[in-house]
Amino acid sequence: MRTAIRNARLVDGLGEHGKGDLYLKDGRIEGVDLGGEVDEEYDVAGHLVTPAFIDLHAHLREPGQEVKEDLESGLGAAVAGGFGTVVSMANTSPVIDEPGLVSQLVEKAQGLGLARLRPAAALSHGLAGQRLTDFAALRQAGAVMITDDGIPVNDGHLMRRACEYAAELGLVIQTHSEEPSLRGDGVMNEGPVSQRLGLPGNPVAAEAVMVYRDCELALLTGCRVHIAHVSSRRALQVIESFKAAGAPVTAEVTPHHLTLTDDCLTSFDPVYKVAPPLRTGDDVAALREGLAGGLVDTVGTDHAPHTRAEKERDMLEAPFGIANLEVAFPLLYTRLVGEGVLSLPTLLERLQGGPARVMGWEPPTLEPGKPADLTVIDLRSELPVEPGTFRTKAKFTPWDGQLLTGWPVHTFIGGRKVFER
Amino acid sequence: MIPGSTAVAIPQREPVSKGPRKNLLDFADWSSEEVIRLFETADVMAQVLTRTIKKVPALQGFSVGLLFFENSTRTRLSFERAARAQSADVMNFASGGSSMSKGESLKDTLRTLDAMQADLYVVRHHASGVPHQLSRWTDAVVVNAGDGRRAHPTQALLDAYTFRNSFPGFDGFAGKKLTIVGDIAHSRVARSNAELWTMLGGEVVLCGPATLLPPELAELPGVKLNARLDEAIEGAHAIMALRLQLERMRPGLLPSAAEYAARYQITERIVAGAHPDAVVMHPGPMNRDLEIEGRLADSPRALVEKQVANGVPVRMAVLYSLLVGKR
Ligand SMILES: [Zn+2]
Repeated sequence: MRTAIRNARLVDGLGEHGKGDLYLKDGRIEGVDLGGEVDEEYDVAGHLVTPAFIDLHAHLREPGQEVKEDLESGLGAAVAGGFGTVVSMANTSPVIDEPGLVSQLVEKAQGLGLARLRPAAALSHGLAGQRLTDFAALRQAGAVMITDDGIPVNDGHLMRRACEYAAELGLVIQTHSEEPSLRGDGVMNEGPVSQRLGLPGNPVAAEAVMVYRDCELALLTGCRVHIAHVSSRRALQVIESFKAAGAPVTAEVTPHHLTLTDDCLTSFDPVYKVAPPLRTGDDVAALREGLAGGLVDTVGTDHAPHTRAEKERDMLEAPFGIANLEVAFPLLYTRLVGEGVLSLPTLLERLQGGPARVMGWEPPTLEPGKPADLTVIDLRSELPVEPGTFRTKAKFTPWDGQLLTGWPVHTFIGGRKVFER
Repeated sequence: MIPGSTAVAIPQREPVSKGPRKNLLDFADWSSEEVIRLFETADVMAQVLTRTIKKVPALQGFSVGLLFFENSTRTRLSFERAARAQSADVMNFASGGSSMSKGESLKDTLRTLDAMQADLYVVRHHASGVPHQLSRWTDAVVVNAGDGRRAHPTQALLDAYTFRNSFPGFDGFAGKKLTIVGDIAHSRVARSNAELWTMLGGEVVLCGPATLLPPELAELPGVKLNARLDEAIEGAHAIMALRLQLERMRPGLLPSAAEYAARYQITERIVAGAHPDAVVMHPGPMNRDLEIEGRLADSPRALVEKQVANGVPVRMAVLYSLLVGKR
């Protein structure tokens, strides 16, 4: 099987490679402007062609919460958002804490032929924070990351032992760093807005304290610790100091923490209820600087679908989370690249090479021989966000109706087209 | 029509249906002029309530839905009486949480209730923001009867109204200082009173132990914080003690009730440092000899009973002002 993608603007995390025809052969990139016979060809007329993105943080809800999302809708949303590889979180029902559950997920996802699924497995049985799961067996079954994401690991001793064990196996530990007793019953950032709105606050201190502990354990154990969804300037400052000290820590930010502030909660719309919470404009500025300068390694979507009924509850009862896979790139391109915060190659690097380096994988590029996992993006036409057209089952978003540019129009996985807008 | 009812002059106003629907969620979209007019309407309503037949037909044909997701017999009865005194139909959805199943969304619950087509909903809920959410999902007027820690605007209105009426020849709120003492952090009464009083031109000082006095509230315009009771109360024209809701507090907020009473109880001795004519208010129900000295609560300075009594005419004025002309 040989495919040509003609008249493409070729860009990857290494830079711009001009315009040309990109040839794919047997699931891999063959080269540019080679000519010769092809089985299939696409004229993408000036659209961007770039390696498909990697998301290290998505909640796909299968098994057990298929009413919110399942592998098909979640991985479908991934390819619609230009993502070719997704690390799924383990807080499903049952929790992914047994090797059999990991291998079932991997097999089922392979059958779907959408984005590549690389499951994370739970750090503790049932996310209960009591007993470590069998990391080696989970890795054997296909788990690439260990995390109790959704629930902070409260017990410092357990976290330390998890890091020691994971370090020996070369597994990445991802953290949900919020100190539970400081976080309390907070549903939004603690500050002037939460006081005005009379909603229970979750202070930055809850995040900073736990990030400190998790970085300290990375330093102590040598384990690669990936701090998920960093939301505040203080937490970033902690990470910066530990990176400077040589701790093997990496950091992730989400699309919503890069573009929204706690002022959004003034509408009392639970669509803005996320954990950790949306912070202040100063925190957003710090996260943007961190992403531009490389202190932040990657953008993770923290795609967290829920049913509409759940999000139409009151601010105390509604669940945390936004479904982000489909809007992540257009949002970040429109806002961050559009506002001059990042260059396009830097944004691509944080969605391609960045997450690959966090995981110790080979960075995806357009070089010959690399897997033909590609996304084709229209950087010119401006389209509104229409939740009704989402592939995810969560048909609501904070950006409903907003005009964004940079929508993926085709996605290829292993040289095979799996999405077309 | 009820005999004799026309003898009371109900102020006639322009229909409100021309502009966008007006709610009472908090005071963010209210002006001081509107509040002053509301007080004048409440004066007329108070006269209605002194008549033998305490009823006027002003809201005949309107229906008022009382959605009390959080129990509060006092506030509910006050609104119910305010509606019935103006001949409105009243539909009660008082629920102890039973009518709303756990899985159902708030929006679906309201849609079900909205099928009964009330013109105005009075909403109380333990979560901040629910009246705001409901106002997006219905065409009816929404009145907030208390939401979480956020707002209790009719309580603030009746508090300010009671203060206004306690001084013969009252010349406005400018230069008048209100000191609110107690669990500011968890109090919707404190937030609404601070919002209203400063909008009317007065000064507000919030006072309480540091654990219950969030420093960020100092960012509200016209509001000062002071954790020292004697300083906070200096020259105050009104002192409001809040009910300590010990049952709701997370451990660590207060060492003990006795420690609180020793440092923050409003007593006759403390009030001596306030303005000579200072009045004492309490949104009730009181913990006597905890947040307020029992003797002081029974003294002529204390307006507690007047606050309760004024609840009805003030709420009558609210319903009247938001509904009349809507048809
Ligand atoms: Zn998380």
